[in-house]
Amino acid sequence: MLTINLAVNGQPVSGEVEARTLLVDFLREQLRLTGTHVGCDTSQCGACVVMIDGKSVKACTMLAAMADGAEVTTIEGLANGAELHPMQQAFMDHHGLQCGFCTPGMVMSGLDMVNRHGNDLDDATVRRELNGNICRCTGYQNIVKAIRTGAKAMEE
Amino acid sequence: MQDTGIGARVRRKEDQRFLLGKGRYTDDINVAGQTWACFVRSPHAHAVIEGIDTAAAAAAPGVVAVFPGDDLAADGIGPLICGVTGPSDHGEPHRAPAHPALAQGKVNYVGDHVAVVIAETLAQARDAAELVEVDYRPLAAVTSTAAAASEGQPQIHDVAPGNVCFNWPFGDKAAVDEAFAGAHKVSSIELTNNRMVTNPMEPRAALGEYNAGTEEITLHMTTQNPHVHRLVLAAFNQLAPEHKLRVVGPDVGGGFGAKIFVYAEELVVGWACRKVNRPVKWTADRTEAFLADAHGRDHVTKAEMALDEHGKFLALRVHTTANLGAYLSTFATMVPSYLYAFLLAGQYSTPLIHSEVKAVFTNTAPVDASRGAGRPEATYLLERLVDICAADMGLDPTEIRRRNFIPQDAFPYQTPVVQCYDSGDYETALDQAIELADYPGFASRAAAAKERGKLRGIGFSSYVEACGIAPSAAVGQLGGGVGLWESAQVRFNPTGNVQVFTGTHSHGQGHETTFAQLVCDQLGVPFENIEVIHGDTAKTQFGMGTYGSRSLAVGGVAIAKACDKLIAKGKKIAAHAMEAAEGDIEFADGNYTVAGTDKAMSIAEVAFNAYVPHNYPEGVEPGFDENAFFDPMNFSFPAGTHVCEVEVDPDTGEVEIVAYTAVDDFGKLVNPMIVEGQVHGGIVHGIGQALLEGCQYGEDGQLLTASFMDYAMPRADNAPDFKIGYAPTDPPDNPLGVKGCGEAGAIGAPPAVINAIANAIGVRHLEMPATPETVWRACQAAR
Repeated sequence: MLTINLAVNGQPVSGEVEARTLLVDFLREQLRLTGTHVGCDTSQCGACVVMIDGKSVKACTMLAAMADGAEVTTIEGLANGAELHPMQQAFMDHHGLQCGFCTPGMVMSGLDMVNRHGNDLDDATVRRELNGNICRCTGYQNIVKAIRTGAKAMEE
Repeated sequence: MQDTGIGARVRRKEDQRFLLGKGRYTDDINVAGQTWACFVRSPHAHAVIEGIDTAAAAAAPGVVAVFPGDDLAADGIGPLICGVTGPSDHGEPHRAPAHPALAQGKVNYVGDHVAVVIAETLAQARDAAELVEVDYRPLAAVTSTAAAASEGQPQIHDVAPGNVCFNWPFGDKAAVDEAFAGAHKVSSIELTNNRMVTNPMEPRAALGEYNAGTEEITLHMTTQNPHVHRLVLAAFNQLAPEHKLRVVGPDVGGGFGAKIFVYAEELVVGWACRKVNRPVKWTADRTEAFLADAHGRDHVTKAEMALDEHGKFLALRVHTTANLGAYLSTFATMVPSYLYAFLLAGQYSTPLIHSEVKAVFTNTAPVDASRGAGRPEATYLLERLVDICAADMGLDPTEIRRRNFIPQDAFPYQTPVVQCYDSGDYETALDQAIELADYPGFASRAAAAKERGKLRGIGFSSYVEACGIAPSAAVGQLGGGVGLWESAQVRFNPTGNVQVFTGTHSHGQGHETTFAQLVCDQLGVPFENIEVIHGDTAKTQFGMGTYGSRSLAVGGVAIAKACDKLIAKGKKIAAHAMEAAEGDIEFADGNYTVAGTDKAMSIAEVAFNAYVPHNYPEGVEPGFDENAFFDPMNFSFPAGTHVCEVEVDPDTGEVEIVAYTAVDDFGKLVNPMIVEGQVHGGIVHGIGQALLEGCQYGEDGQLLTASFMDYAMPRADNAPDFKIGYAPTDPPDNPLGVKGCGEAGAIGAPPAVINAIANAIGVRHLEMPATPETVWRACQAAR
């Protein structure tokens, strides 16, 4: 077992993990932050995207041990109580979610797009950047709209 | 109240919890003392099990128990059932092989369930599952739909000679043959409807808990129909008596059909938690979902249309072979039969139709309903054939459709294939679609594309679908083992807020919002004071669940009926309180008034009086809580025209969908925002089938597409923004005037896309999925 120390959603956290424990399993099973989801075993679906030191990472591609010393933000760390983050609010306003399962990863990927491409995102950029996130419900159109609007709202 | 009632684009009640990461899906739930299950699955498509040695696995660290099929059988659990008596095979019943939840001496597809390992952690369960030694004697396998029933193929089940489940002729063959003999022209097509893996984003999961004190099993699971699961698990699988079994479908991450069925895993988890007297949890990984979720589609069809000299359809003849996989899944026999052949009239007045469906067993995962279920197969066949007819007659694809549409004044319209369509206006939808898609401007867009070296094509698809299956008596006549009504309970609390209990289940459809809008509109209660509750057999009355686009068209009406009962009861209470005759009481916008006076009382005040009946009418029961059941008179018949425009790169075979228009008739819309979302999702599901998704088994029966690496799901850059329009009609058979909308896109889209590609390249047909290789080859052949 390995001991890891990291910050999750601004709180210091330590845990005992097996060398093989994935970060996503550490978040879900040990910290009980179940907003981060697992939709595949091949790092394709993006339901498990979290922010690590300001960059989006699929939490199923990383061992928990590798997150030692990192700052991790999950979907639970975005809102201020019940007040949604502008990106979350945009998903609600534009019906960017249906079953909600891919949604945390979509929101995180949206935030990463803003980090890398700024607040003025066009359709083509968002659609291309969503290549690592699969949704079976929405047909993506409203997700694209939500991310563009959310990105804009974050500027304000 | 208008801004949250029927017709309003209300933001969804369910979104806040999902966006905060506070959804509660089955795998999110952990309980004290919980163990984990891992299934040992067959690596062979077809093999005899000579022996199973569990000793090494049982001795592995953390292992609680290892159960092969014999243990399950010894407790009298299972087998799994098909709940539909299939269509007769020339008077003989369909062949239904035994389907043990854990194999009994033989496995019949890769992923078939052999044993289960229960351990303290998931990792330990997985490690130990590797140690279960199964001695297989492999047999030759058959996976091909077309070849399964041919001479010399491996025989899968003794009870099904030639691997045939049923061979079902339907319609007046002699009359059809006669029409063909006298036809001006006969157009024909041979096509495959590709096998799909349904792939909701949340994999299936189950958590079983046994309470030795109450002898009750609680099963949290990924279900679209908790009561149906409980009924089948209790009545047919002997898991526990119905009143000692609680099934909870908490938040469920998409279903699309895959979570309707009673599978081996959930049953075994329910049984094992009692056996080991510990909670047992199982969550599928994605590869397990590919291997063992029921798949969809998988037809091979030859069809012919007889035409007169004006391009009118005289008769349709269809020969289909449908792959049912290795065993019969819960509703398998219904999908390629009644949900398929009964749709073969489409939007057309074709007077004579004969079909013959041969359903076969193969060494592949079971096939059952998947978004659309039978209706996408019928629509794809028909709408491809109609385009072939147009080409053969030298008619524009819109013109041949127009000439054959059931006219608007002919409704209700009795088709020759059982269904009686209650309403429709197909020409208006086509006209709107032509305008929205700017069909007149297509030629110049195609010319401009040619300048850029691209082939531009346009494709039409005019679909009708039959959803909200009903009435129950008809379901029974068709061999269904259930009734397809729906239930509702609408309960005022003493403080005036309202809880709505529905027998349907929401797993993305937004029922918590749509149903609250219905109640808000009808009872005049503020939207935020209404809560919709579903998905727990211990909370809600028996209901049939959600599939086949039935929830609003059937379940919504049950809610409205319960509201009617409340309003009527409230009149008596209000009349007494306001000292007026009941006949003088009127109800509108949430208030009871005495006609011709300014006396008024809100429904919340009436509810309070009903719970605190100090001044109360004689003979009226206290309480303000009503339930209702609704068994519809007929199916619901959404319809529409979809138009797809593509550009094909002839050098690479790549297809870009450059425009997509959908004009649909869903009757009255309760929440247009949610309906649009359903349409978008359905279209992309259909685009996935047309361009990307193809489940492939090797000849040896290995599943070659067992992950998202190998099976191409549609992504955000596979589609443009959609142009959406509506051409609603008022369905007389639905009291709310609504139709289903969840499957329409997946039904309408595949032929629209393929018609567009065929139009672009100038070929009669190409198969789905139209991958770059398929399209490139078609381009080469067309040169």
